[in-house]
Amino acid sequence: MTAVLDTPADEKPAVRKPSRWAAPPRPAWEEEPSKAGVAGKGLVLGIACLAILFPLWIVIVTSLQSKQTIDEAGGLVMIPKGITFIAYQELLRGGQVQKAALVSVGVTLVGTLFSMTVSILCAYGLSRVGSLAHRWILMTLLATMFFGAGLIPTYLLVQSLGLMDTYLALILPSAVSVFNILVLRSFFMGISPELIDSARIDGAGDWRILWKIVMPLSRAVLAVIALFYAVGYWSAWFNASIYLTDQDMMPLQNVMIQLVQKQERPVGLAAQINTGQLSPLAIQMAVMVMALLPVAVLSPFVQKHFKKGMLTGAVKG
Amino acid sequence: MSHSTVPRSRAEAKTPEKTPQASEGAAGDRSREGKRAGKLSLRLRFGRDRTLLLMTLPAVLLVLLFNYIPILGNVVAFQDYDPYLSENGVVAIFQSPWTGFGQFERIFADSAFWHAVQNTFVLFFLQLVLFFPVPILLALLINSVVRPRVRAIAQAVMYLPHFFSWVLVVTVFMQIFGGAGVIAQTLRQHGVEGFDLMTNPETFKYLVTVEMIWKDAGWGIIVFLAALSSVSNDLYEAAAMDGAGRWRRIWHITLPALRPVIALLLVLRVGDALTVGFEQLLLQRQAVGVDASDVLDTYVWWNGIRNQDFSYAAAAGLVKGVVGLALVLTANKVAHLMGEQGVYKK
Repeated sequence: MTAVLDTPADEKPAVRKPSRWAAPPRPAWEEEPSKAGVAGKGLVLGIACLAILFPLWIVIVTSLQSKQTIDEAGGLVMIPKGITFIAYQELLRGGQVQKAALVSVGVTLVGTLFSMTVSILCAYGLSRVGSLAHRWILMTLLATMFFGAGLIPTYLLVQSLGLMDTYLALILPSAVSVFNILVLRSFFMGISPELIDSARIDGAGDWRILWKIVMPLSRAVLAVIALFYAVGYWSAWFNASIYLTDQDMMPLQNVMIQLVQKQERPVGLAAQINTGQLSPLAIQMAVMVMALLPVAVLSPFVQKHFKKGMLTGAVKG
Repeated sequence: MSHSTVPRSRAEAKTPEKTPQASEGAAGDRSREGKRAGKLSLRLRFGRDRTLLLMTLPAVLLVLLFNYIPILGNVVAFQDYDPYLSENGVVAIFQSPWTGFGQFERIFADSAFWHAVQNTFVLFFLQLVLFFPVPILLALLINSVVRPRVRAIAQAVMYLPHFFSWVLVVTVFMQIFGGAGVIAQTLRQHGVEGFDLMTNPETFKYLVTVEMIWKDAGWGIIVFLAALSSVSNDLYEAAAMDGAGRWRRIWHITLPALRPVIALLLVLRVGDALTVGFEQLLLQRQAVGVDASDVLDTYVWWNGIRNQDFSYAAAAGLVKGVVGLALVLTANKVAHLMGEQGVYKK
């Protein structure tokens, strides 16, 4: 204490500001961790993170290498030697992969917008306990979390509705997620009822309350749910594989299956690959990077809201 | 809750001058029911809530169309459904001959079906033993890290794979563990040939479980972290005062706090036992072969969508659905008996 008192006011304090990496002060009752304990924890967390990041590193690095480097490495490259964007340039010059990427982007944008609209409306419609048929509708939706109709009848329905070989088949059957509606609903229910009632007294209808009060107050959870829907549409391949027969309509994930898993060559690029200018491996990896990039870039921004969303979603009924 | 007790001002302000009879009806209701003050007639409540009902309509219609109407389509399981009887698949249902339980007899006599059942249960068991505890342990570990930066980074990295598609995950694994993958290449350079985990039926079930852990164990942490963050620090302090060390505090405070969440997730998992990684297995079916990878879902897909044997596949799907529903309800019952809340309240 005396040291602090002795320091003249205009001089910088001798103690350095703790870095943001430092641990916050411990409460008095908590014992200091042992060196071995800290090291052990760090090791386990480090291994876990490495196990996740290492494969992604290899994929990204390989996609950025020239044919020569890849041939020298005999396959996937771990340590990059120079960077070239030739694989991406070829893919984005047009042709199958570019088309598929556009399809994926389109389906994701339209689908997410549609799903969000339907879900927000439904969640708000169900957010007032005691409104007419509120219980019934909720039960109707909840019940679908316990049983599905089955693959075959759903397929027959989509077929009969004339949705085969349309992009609607990629959006409509999976447009509504009851889980997401529940998360939104419980968040909407947490908004102060006094606020909503005072808006009502001022003459606002339900549409205006939803648009002007409820939605601006729930930006965080809306971002999380939008991400969930967007990732769902972006990652979907199964619906496309059974409802689409036209190869030109396939989204990116399905093209990735063809190119990488079945080792087919992208339409329009076979010439470059065959003449040895392009490494087929780099093309495959570039397609994978295109598939993982939007998700990897978006999700950290929304990450800090995940916990809240998942917690409200876990409490049902 | 306070929602419902606050009068819905607009509707109630309107009622006197607009519908005098209805408001009398409401008064009659009130005296008759007596339980809930302010119980309004159906017409009044509809007038008050029609906007809300309108808002739920799109979602309800979509759910009815894609979740409820197909349930009726399961009748093809009791038919010899022939899609070529009509242009429209639904119309063909009405023209197809009935076979009663014939399809089910075929299924139960099929050894491939029982093989799929066996694979399903093996994978479910492996998931329960190897996958289920991982998020709990990771959550305990992350929760014990006090540095906020380290926590945030570790969480960000661990959440990431959850957002990758199965196509991507399976492909990444193929590039690492496959015949042309990194490990095989390295081994080959050192004179070891023939390393290919992706096509090995013996180890396939473990590979699938590892893929699942890689993709979703990190995501599973969230629920447990949320439960842990709601534990009061006073409990830990009091325990420390009473002389409980670090491990005893975990045992007596942290784990009991996680108990309801663990029970809930366990119930959900057991109830969903027949669904084990449909997309994931479908993607690897070709590489490893049907024997190792076929589970109930892929069996239905193969017979129905690929072989166009709709009735047979629908029957298999129906068996799975009914057993699955029974599992959910049973598991939930068990949770109630254990004194936990389960998925839905009693």
